[in-house]
Amino acid sequence: MNRKASPRSPLGKDCLWAFFVGGSICLLGEGLRTLYGRAGFVLTDAAALTSVTLVALSAVLTALGWYQKLASRAGAGTLVPITGFANAVVSPAIEYRVEGLVTGVGAKMFVIAGPVIVWGMMASVVWGVVYYFLRPMMGG
Amino acid sequence: MPRRTGGTLFFDRPAAVMGYAAVGGKREAEGPLADGFDLLEKDTTFGQKTWEQAESRMQSLCAELVLRRCGIGAEGVDLLFGGDLENQCAASNYTMRALQIPFVGLYNACATMAEGLALSACFVSTGLARRAMALTSSHFCAAERQYRFPLEYGGKRTPTSQWTATAAGGVVLSGSGSGPYLRAVTFGKVMDFGIRDTSNMGAAMAPAAASTLLAYFRDSGRDPEEFDRIYTGDLGAVGSALAMQLCEREGLRLDKLHEDCGLLLYDRGRQQVGAGGSGAGCSAAVLCSHILPQFRTGALHRVLFVGTGALMSPTTALQKESIPGIAHLVAIEDA
Amino acid sequence: MHYFWAFLVGGALCVIGQLLIDLTNLTPARILVLFVVSGVALSALGWYRPLAEFAGAGATVPLLGFGHLLAQGVVAAVERHGLLGALTGGFSAAAGGIAASLVCGVIASLAARSKDQS
Repeated sequence: MNRKASPRSPLGKDCLWAFFVGGSICLLGEGLRTLYGRAGFVLTDAAALTSVTLVALSAVLTALGWYQKLASRAGAGTLVPITGFANAVVSPAIEYRVEGLVTGVGAKMFVIAGPVIVWGMMASVVWGVVYYFLRPMMGG
Repeated sequence: MPRRTGGTLFFDRPAAVMGYAAVGGKREAEGPLADGFDLLEKDTTFGQKTWEQAESRMQSLCAELVLRRCGIGAEGVDLLFGGDLENQCAASNYTMRALQIPFVGLYNACATMAEGLALSACFVSTGLARRAMALTSSHFCAAERQYRFPLEYGGKRTPTSQWTATAAGGVVLSGSGSGPYLRAVTFGKVMDFGIRDTSNMGAAMAPAAASTLLAYFRDSGRDPEEFDRIYTGDLGAVGSALAMQLCEREGLRLDKLHEDCGLLLYDRGRQQVGAGGSGAGCSAAVLCSHILPQFRTGALHRVLFVGTGALMSPTTALQKESIPGIAHLVAIEDA
Repeated sequence: MHYFWAFLVGGALCVIGQLLIDLTNLTPARILVLFVVSGVALSALGWYRPLAEFAGAGATVPLLGFGHLLAQGVVAAVERHGLLGALTGGFSAAAGGIAASLVCGVIASLAARSKDQS
């Protein structure tokens, strides 16, 4: 009964927005990576600089309140790229500033992004241990 | 003597509405009920540094306006029933710090206005208070940062989610006066439909609304047709449809009379508010900007005002508890 | 041509996220965790590297790429430091992105104020 009365999200429209906005952010990333590559940075440094640039850009848009406006339409298009991670870090920092630099900004900054770091890191440690024991068997 | 039948209290010397006021923010100013508000502030900080202070300021402004409309000072009110959505009802507590009226703090989420109004009616009708005020508020920004996400966070809202109103409403009831009168109240029981999705609270509150309405009509023996309107607040689009279905299943057809405060406050076609407005200030503001003014113009004579609240906390929601709902009913009649 | 594939693959990965939001009741935080952990797993299985080489930023900018980065970092660190590398590799690889977000967060908290979005 509840399921029937509850409207669904407009799936097609949501996906189109997510596709074009998410794709555009990645396209921008590819442009930056090429640019940094031409400037003489090695591949891994160019990739890291690309991330840093996108993070900074997302922080500026977040501080201006524009990232939220874009995200209200783009959904996963702004959530899934690294700019979404930066938004998840920067927005609580701004919001909880009034509760103090230590108890607000410091304590709440990773309230949304924290789980990503915890479980991402956990997965990488598990893989690291597995890799350590698998390595001799792989002939490496 | 006041009479009790079933779960409903009937007052032989009912309390009269002496004065009321509604205050709102930017979205409310852009909504269809804007003309009924006493004060609309486009700057939702209300000149304050934090959103919590902003909500308190908005509530204080509302209380001052109600008192001015009644032509009395704070000392003329014997008791104030107030509440909001902030943790520990902080907005009301700080409002009352300045107001110095004996204060009873309430929390029933979006049903707080109906709860406060019902309690005020009990005290005034029985002479335990000469005048009592019910005052509630909610602030979108204070609610978001407490219940959901930081305001700058890009989280997409689902279509079933409701929009917390930035609004406050206050009503003073008096033992003497020319009405409209609060004839009867029904305090609701906590009902649970097993809904766990906190962005679909309308559905969680629907069984409570239906249960309280059924109780009132059973206890009073009255016919729904005797009323001009039945206002629920705030079930939103999803909860309204469900509540009407639940009533109809028990043989009570209300859909022609029914309106929902959450759907009245905003224009859902034009304003992005999901399934409608919500928050302790939503039904309070609709009552004071839309319902009570229509008694003055003679457009309404008898209405039922049913506040509905979703009573979970962010903690219990994370612990996978389902959402309990409650609904309190007040019968407002002009004679 | 690599711009086209970056756009297409990046967009497609976001659509997967959108489908998870709309069709399941997963909250954004859970979806992000799912993406990062999946990125680590796909990288460990050796499936993500070809995608990253093919689609460039289309594969590295979404959070799956963050997982891939962690997994690659841990592999490189284990090669150099043995078992200790399992602990140090992930954080070393992710340090740039996390520190940049953190610094930006602190600066933004000093420069900007919370605003009503309505």
